[in-house]
This record gives sequence, C-alpha cells and structure tokens, in this order.
Amino acid sequence: MAMTLHVDIVSAEKELFSGPAEMVVAPGELGELGILPRHSQLLTRLKPGQVRIRLLGGEEQLFYVSGGLLEVQPHVVTILSDTAERAKDLDESAAQAARQRAEQAIGDHRSEFEFARAKAELAEAIAQLQAIEKMRKLRKSG
Amino acid sequence: MAGAKEIRSKIKSIQSTQKITKAMEMVAASKMRKALERMQAARPYAIKIRNVISHLAHAHTDYRSPGLVERELKRVGLIIISTDRGLCGGLNSNLFRITIGAMQQWRVQGVEVDLCVVGTKAFQFFRRLRGNIVAHIAHLGDAPRFEDVLGPVKIMADAFTEGRIDAIYLVYNEFVNTMSQKPRIERLFPVTSEVKGTAPRHSDDTYEPDITSRIPAGTVLPAHPWDYIYEPAPEELIELLLRRYGESVVYQALAENVACEMAARMVAMKSASDNAGTLIDELQLIYNKARQASITQELAEIVGGAAAV
Repeated sequence: MAMTLHVDIVSAEKELFSGPAEMVVAPGELGELGILPRHSQLLTRLKPGQVRIRLLGGEEQLFYVSGGLLEVQPHVVTILSDTAERAKDLDESAAQAARQRAEQAIGDHRSEFEFARAKAELAEAIAQLQAIEKMRKLRKSG
Repeated sequence: MAGAKEIRSKIKSIQSTQKITKAMEMVAASKMRKALERMQAARPYAIKIRNVISHLAHAHTDYRSPGLVERELKRVGLIIISTDRGLCGGLNSNLFRITIGAMQQWRVQGVEVDLCVVGTKAFQFFRRLRGNIVAHIAHLGDAPRFEDVLGPVKIMADAFTEGRIDAIYLVYNEFVNTMSQKPRIERLFPVTSEVKGTAPRHSDDTYEPDITSRIPAGTVLPAHPWDYIYEPAPEELIELLLRRYGESVVYQALAENVACEMAARMVAMKSASDNAGTLIDELQLIYNKARQASITQELAEIVGGAAAV
C-alpha cells in the first residue's frame, strides 16, 4: 500500500493547497528539506523559496512561499506561509505607528470634523424617521 | 388649508434621505458579500495554526512558552475591534457594553486594563471613558490586510512576553448571519485549553490517514512521548508560532468584524428606507387631502360669490 502524506499549504489570506502527496520539498532555514511519509515530528522556519510537492501520480506542483513555518507530523505536513516578505523592522515600525496614532489622536479633537458632522446630520434624519414610525405605531395600537 | 407647501417640502427632504439610505443599503450588501469571502478565505490558516498549537501543547518540550502557561492576573491587555464608521445599528454599542462589563469585573478584582483599539468608534468611546489606550489603528478600509494587524499585536504580545500584562483578550463581533451579530470576548494569550485541545487520541504508529477526507482538528498522535525536531532553537520557533497565531486570530476577527459592520449597516439602512417610504406615502395622502380641500373651498367661494351677485 502506497504511503502518503497529507499536505496543507495555507497563507493568512487564503488556502493554497490541500491534498495527498508522496513527498514534499521545502526550503527550511537550515537547508532544504525533503519530507517523506513517516518523517518524525519537526518544526522549522522556512526561507523564501519554492515548495515542491510530488503528487500521487508522480506529478509535481510548485509553490512560492515568502517564509513561514513548517510542521511535520508522521503523515501530515502543514506549511503556514507568510503573506509578504516581513522583516523585524517592519513589525517594529507598524507597532511604532499604532502607538503614535493613539497618542496623536488623544491630543487631536477636531479631526474628521466635517465628515462627522455630515454623518451626524444623516443619523439625525434617520433617527427622526424611526421616532415617527414608532409614534405612528403607538397611535395606531392605542 | 394647512401648508400644502410645507408638506411638499417635507416630502422632498424625506425622499432625499431615502435615496441616501437606499444607496447605502445596496453598497453595504455588495461589500458584505466580499467581506464574507475574505472571512472564509482566512479560515484555513486559522484552523491549521490552531492544529499545530494543539500538537505543540502535547509535545514533550523542555521549553514552556509563557504563551501556554496560565498566570495570575494583575494587568490584562484588551484588543477591541470596532468599526470606523457609524450608521450600523447597535453593532458597536453592543460590543462596548460587554467590554465595559468585563472591564468592571476586572476592576473589582483589582486587575488593570490596557486597551488597544482598532477603529475610530472604539477609540472615541474609550477616550471619553478615560481608558488607558496604548495603541490605536484605524482607517483599515473594507479590505483589511494581514499587515494591518502586525502593529497592535506586536505591542500587546511584547508586553505579554515581557510580563507587563498577564493575559490578552480580544473583543470583536462574531458574524452569525446577516440579521444577527454576536459580540464576543475571547482570550488570546495564554492560549486557552479549548485551543490546546484535549489529550490526543492514542493510536499506534501504523496510522494511515484517510486521504479522501481532511485531517480534522486533534489529529491522532503517537502514543509515546515525543517532541519535535526544532530547526533552529525551540524557543524562537515556538514564540514565532504563537505570534503568528495571535496575528491570524486578530486578522480573522478583523475580517469578521467588517462582515458584521456591513450586514448591520445593510439592515439598519433597509429599515430606514422602509420607514421613509411609509412616511412619504402618508404625507402624500395628507397633501392630496389638503389640496382637494383647498380646491373645494375655492369653488365654494366662487359659487357663493356668484350667488350673492
């Protein structure tokens, strides 16, 4: 009986591949890995590069990953691919930005004033409609 | 006759409001469809990473990540996901109500709360409440990107690993269906036992997966104690994995919240348009009556005048 692996490749925004395979070759951080069924449990980081999957018929399928994580269980291979190239400083700058935004916005009271006013007017109109509707219902039942 | 002109202008103004609400309803409906697709597309990653974490929780690792161990609560981080814009019914206020409930409970227990708010609505609300806002992102648009969540998650996760906060909770709206959205508070870190899963079902090593079906959560693991081969060090990998997990959960919540926003707005705008419609009909009737009355009166006056001559 042929030994198979179940392979899942997912990225945060979509599923790339899910199905049986004979072998998976992935760019591990410490070198390329070839994974066959009954490989022992393994957890590693991936480098940007190609993931090759040999399907049951011997046909091969290629995927590009820009880094991520690879988990191996004896019969299941899971690749959690990153969506985009990420660097440490990218995360850091995103965090900085979020922090600064909070500080800035706390000080700033007037931003989006015009838009907010237009919205408030519309909300008022809708509230009026609702109130009238309710009153009408009350009057009808009463 | 009682101000036929006034009635007419009132009808005009209601009509223009109705036009806006109708347009908003249709826009929300189409955006909701797209948001739902995005929400579903993000699901496989969330499921898989949960699986890996549940495996990890059962591996015999020397390194115990703080993300997996419960600690005593002194200060918690709260990531609140709200919308940027209003006019979506009670979506945000319901969310804030349960948030405040939770915050009050924590206050009673002497637990302090750090807030990380996503969306302008939560920001405005919790600023007024004088919450301790440490991070804020907004204007993510209708199609939030995965990169968007990196900043806030990093702030919270760093605080967590450094021990400044003892747990991270996530507050968001869960999409049940178009008519109903449910506000939820979920613990993100330390990872809940629900995510870790129960003890794995045991089996021997000759296990062959049923390749026609998807491998379910809680995949059968070998009975003997085992650990991963880590490349490189386990600490680094486990922390990375947990960080990715946090990001994916927050991203998923964000996508879900957008779908909720659109659904809630669609419903709110539909009822507003309906209300406007019935109101216009009614005013039209009053207007017609007034018009007829004034014509009748004029005729009567003319006839009366002619008779008097």
